Order: sequence, then structure tokens, then C-alpha cells
Amino acid sequence: MSINLSHFSAAVVFAVFASIVFGITQRNTTMEMVKYGLYCFALFVGGVFVAGWVMALIRR
Amino acid sequence: MAKPTTDKLKNAAAVREPEYPLTTMAVVAPIVGWLIPGAGHILLKRYGRGILLMISVVAMFVIGLGMQGRIYKPNGGDILDILGFVGDLGSGALYFLARIQGWGDLMAANAAADYGKTFLIVAGLLNYIAAADAHHIALGKKP
Repeated sequence: MSINLSHFSAAVVFAVFASIVFGITQRNTTMEMVKYGLYCFALFVGGVFVAGWVMALIRR
Repeated sequence: MAKPTTDKLKNAAAVREPEYPLTTMAVVAPIVGWLIPGAGHILLKRYGRGILLMISVVAMFVIGLGMQGRIYKPNGGDILDILGFVGDLGSGALYFLARIQGWGDLMAANAAADYGKTFLIVAGLLNYIAAADAHHIALGKKP
């Protein structure tokens, strides 16, 4: 079995699963878990875009 | 008149954290959860959470292997290799299965393999967090 993911898709898949675990383990109620999971996901993906732009600007 | 410091001490004693006695389940649940990702929560009847944790950790592990990520073996060399082994070991039975089957033995030198290695380590680290969460639930610290 071989899986080929681009850097971005690998980062998004990583963000999905890490956010699920963070949401479940770091909050007490279901609604808080969902909110925190979405917050973590947004931070992960947002971080990817920010880091991408920073690297692109440095490269110029 | 009591001194303010004395009052503070009295208040601190009054709001002392409740004690959580160590139970058998508080020991068994994290061990089971470490060996089989999510099983600690399932054992504690948190079925939804357990299944989601299981899917997340197993999926990350399988994707990591699919990307030709490397599985670390026990070693006493470079500190990063030791930490990589500790991270991989967090996946419990998945790690042992991979070692027995010889999965993750190849040393592919490409970017995808590097991401795969990271996926494998993070799957284990997330499973450590899940096992600690099962411990807290079993103690009664968390609903």
C-alpha cells in the first residue's frame, strides 16, 4: 500500500485527526469538545497558510 | 482581629481540591487504552469518544505506514532517535504489530516518507494523551 499526499493535504489530514483527539481529551462537555476541536483545526490550517506565506516572502 | 495571611490559609484549606482515590479501573483503563487506541474510553462506556479516538490514532498510523514512514526500533543512540522510538511506542499494539510484520522497515529518502514518520510518531503521542484522558475519567476528574 502506498499513499501519496502533497505537503498541504498531509497537513490537513494531520490537522483533522489531531484536532479530534485534542477536542475529546482537553474539554469536558460534547459542545465544548466540538468547539475546541474546530478551534484547533482552524489554528492548524491557519498556521499552515501563515507559515507558507512567511516562507514564500523570505524566499523572494 | 485575624491577620490576612491567616484568613488566606483558612480559605485555602476550605477550597482544598477533592481527593480522587486510585481505583483498579484508573490503572487498567489507560493501559488498555495504550495497547488498543480508544479501548480505554470504550471500557469506561464512553463509546463515541473511544471510537473517534480509535479511528484517529489508527488512521494516522496507517497513513504514516502508507507514506513509507519509518518505525523506530529501541535504540540508545541519538536523542532524536530515542524520542522517535518513545513516540512510536505510544501506538501500543499497532507498534508491536508493525515490528512483527516488518512494516516501516524501509528507509525511503523522500519528503512523503518524512511526513509518514511524523504521522507515526504523532499517532503514538496522541494515544498517550488519550490514555491519560481515560485515567482521568476513571478517577472521576472528568465526566
